[in-house]
Amino acid sequence: MDILFLLIPLSVALVLAILGGLWWAIQGGQFEALEHEGERILEHD
Amino acid sequence: MQYPIENQHYTDDVVRHFAIMAVVWGVVGMLVGLLIASQLAWPELNFGVPWLSFGRLRPLHTNAVIFAFGGCTLFACSYYVVQRTCQTRLFAPRLAAFTFWGWQAVILAAAITLPLGITTGKEYAELEWPIDLLIAVVWVCYAIVFFGTLGIRRVRHIYVANWFFGAFILAVAILHIVNSAEIPASLWKSYSAYAGVQDAMVQWWYGHNAVGFFLTAGFLGIMYYFIPKQAERPVYSYRLSIVHFWALIFTYMWAGPHHLHYTALPDWTQSLGMVFSLILLAPSWGGMINGIMTLSGAWHKLRDDPVLRFLIVSLSFYGMSTFEGPMMAIKTVNALSHYTDWTIGHVHSGALGWVGLVSMGSIYFLIPKLFGQKTMHSVPAIELHFWSATIGIVLYIAAMWIAGVMQGLMWRAMNDDGTLTYTFVEGVKATYPYYVIRVIGGALYLFGMLVMLWNVIMTATQGKATTIAIPGLKSGAQYV
Repeated sequence: MDILFLLIPLSVALVLAILGGLWWAIQGGQFEALEHEGERILEHD
Repeated sequence: MQYPIENQHYTDDVVRHFAIMAVVWGVVGMLVGLLIASQLAWPELNFGVPWLSFGRLRPLHTNAVIFAFGGCTLFACSYYVVQRTCQTRLFAPRLAAFTFWGWQAVILAAAITLPLGITTGKEYAELEWPIDLLIAVVWVCYAIVFFGTLGIRRVRHIYVANWFFGAFILAVAILHIVNSAEIPASLWKSYSAYAGVQDAMVQWWYGHNAVGFFLTAGFLGIMYYFIPKQAERPVYSYRLSIVHFWALIFTYMWAGPHHLHYTALPDWTQSLGMVFSLILLAPSWGGMINGIMTLSGAWHKLRDDPVLRFLIVSLSFYGMSTFEGPMMAIKTVNALSHYTDWTIGHVHSGALGWVGLVSMGSIYFLIPKLFGQKTMHSVPAIELHFWSATIGIVLYIAAMWIAGVMQGLMWRAMNDDGTLTYTFVEGVKATYPYYVIRVIGGALYLFGMLVMLWNVIMTATQGKATTIAIPGLKSGAQYV
């Protein structure tokens, strides 16, 4: 199963990338004041 | 603060094109599906013509409904939603137009090469290497347009639908490039870079993640925008939608080995695939409940609004198939279900029920807006479409459940002396009535799609392509 030497590191890299995305979103304030964000899309087109 | 507006308009031409072609390719893909379903019931319909034979048309059907119908819907909706939620036009509109023409070229190339028997033989990745290259180019341009648009957004917060679209675009790029690694032998023939069970593992790592990201994450993005818009209510819990997103993408990647239970794949890898498939039940149902509960306190809207009904019923099929999927991934259940028509039933409960209905609902939302109309030309026709599609799905999946369980039981039945009770062909013969019921279900589904095509054409010809100005920014949102 040599292929796992490709697929598992790839998954680990992806998880790290996803963690990076999550970190960016949290640090960048994406998840602060969520109360109004669900409603905002209803306002305008 | 009022952000200055420089008379900008949304880039809707490309959305219009993709939305119309989604309906056209839907009709084509479902027509081919109806033909091959009929071929299974009545093999004479192969006509002895190689390029009309089941083996060549089946990949044409899957490619047409997934990548042409589903793909065009995803392009249309993601381009529409990212502009509306970011309150900006598309980044690089010409590149966006190129993704339309490039994607149509891919579909056309598929429609020509697959009936000719030109295929890599990898399920859902049958297209040969020159087309694979074109897909890669179009997809990179799609990513540039989408993420570029996020980059020029005027609203600070990125709406949750865009996270789903973004994950879908990136994941499909990686999956396509890894799985399609192949060595060309001639213009229309290549060999996979992987061999044997290695190739099978990559294939189903790709195959299941294509289900997870192309047919799930992308359409969840659609769901999180169009259900609140059509219901005129915010999503039940916006916080839950964010937890849903991160939970889903963190846990999705390793479900693929459940396609290879009881094969040469190492046992522990099969078990890993099973465990990850079971874990997926949690985020899937979290999202499903979140979408349906959006109607909490406004259930009456379901009675009057057929478009909303498309969207909400699609979620109930999503819930059903994301429960059924993990169950079928359990090895002992899989021992019964694998290689039977139960799998086909499961796939179509997801494809016709979830992907199909949510696509139709969102296109019914889009078309009047894109052509300057208040509603579709005929609302009763939407109603007719809804019922014929829903009854068609129920006939289809119920027939395949019964057929599949019956096949599984017949194949494993043994006499006291250890010989098989039934020959294979006895199982085929017993399945015949269910194949006929499936044809009827499929015909109803296709009929609904034809009604939709008529309705879309009428709406588009009565209205005209409109340009919509980007409105001023409002209340309480933070701007970039």
